[in-house]
Amino acid sequence: MSITVRIPAPLQAVAGNRLEVEADGGTIAELLADLDNRFPGFRQRVYDETGRLRRFLNVYVNQEDIRFLSGETTPIKDGDEVSIVPAVAGG
Amino acid sequence: MIEFTDEQIERYSRHIILKEVGGKGQEKIAAARVLVIGAGGLGCPVAYYLAAAGVGTLGIVDSDAVDLSNLQRQILHHTPDVGRPKVQSAGEKLSALNPDVRVVPHRQRLTSQNVLSVIADYDIVVDGTDNFPARFLINDACVLSGKPLVHGGILRFEGQLTTILPGRGPCYRCLFPEPPPPGFVPSCQEAGVLGAIAGVIGTLQATEVLKLILGIGETLAGYLLTVDLLTMEFRRVRIPKNAECEVCGEHPSILAPFDYRRRTINHARNARRPRSPVVGIPPTHVAGPPGRTRIT
Repeated sequence: MSITVRIPAPLQAVAGNRLEVEADGGTIAELLADLDNRFPGFRQRVYDETGRLRRFLNVYVNQEDIRFLSGETTPIKDGDEVSIVPAVAGG
Repeated sequence: MIEFTDEQIERYSRHIILKEVGGKGQEKIAAARVLVIGAGGLGCPVAYYLAAAGVGTLGIVDSDAVDLSNLQRQILHHTPDVGRPKVQSAGEKLSALNPDVRVVPHRQRLTSQNVLSVIADYDIVVDGTDNFPARFLINDACVLSGKPLVHGGILRFEGQLTTILPGRGPCYRCLFPEPPPPGFVPSCQEAGVLGAIAGVIGTLQATEVLKLILGIGETLAGYLLTVDLLTMEFRRVRIPKNAECEVCGEHPSILAPFDYRRRTINHARNARRPRSPVVGIPPTHVAGPPGRTRIT
């Protein structure tokens, strides 16, 4: 199974400078764990010290914010597209 | 009712011919009062198109002077303007483009003390600032005063855009409940920015403002548009209204604007400081010009 994950500019450096990566998992938590296995340091960029997803960063499954689905236990399936979107302040 | 002269009818003829605008719409544009916060990468194209469109009153907020490194994207500022106040440089270009527009310079930095009084005189606010404390301050102030806000942000080849209609849809804090701690997300100075992304997002912000003035089409209220110029992908994700939002939720805890920088520092005193920035480029890798700490 393979899910396409879109990586935003601030996280690309830790994800091999890629805009898009393939990852595995049945839920968002498993998907993010798979990304951390492949890209060491990924987890600490996405989770805070208390193990909560950072509040200036959202995860979307097919355009829907997981905070309003089932959070990190939101199920994902082959062909889904996951985007990580952090707040961006430049202007 | 605004009586247009023959010259004005000719100037705005390409708008007036649009059935969605017409003479009535052009009158609405002439009567509109729009505040553009930041005369930088985003604020320049926003203000330029709004002035060209004939927005009657255009407020420009910026406390900075033009820097040589701004000219790669901040299209209202020209080489001889380096060192001059941005509101002055921008104001001259906008008035030269369209003398119909009353440009109101606000050469100041917005704070919790002045933000409500500055935005009070305007119908629509545009966020073209370059830092998180300003963006959350502006969001909160607009929600608290019921002002429509067109938000845009850029970094590297990417941009974000949304329109906030207080009382009718989600706000920026529904999208992102709080800003990252200082140093967690790189600025354009640290990570770079393609000049043209400022034009893409800025002109989209101007478009949203004109649609709000005219009451036409569908705005990005309730949606975040993300733009990636490397792949040319424009995506729209839904922003649900967050019932627990601290400023526009069912039990808001933010009842007045506050300055995030101070609160963030207070929080940082109580929290463990991160050893290194968690998102983006560590400041030690930053190769900025010496003696400068921020950029617009």
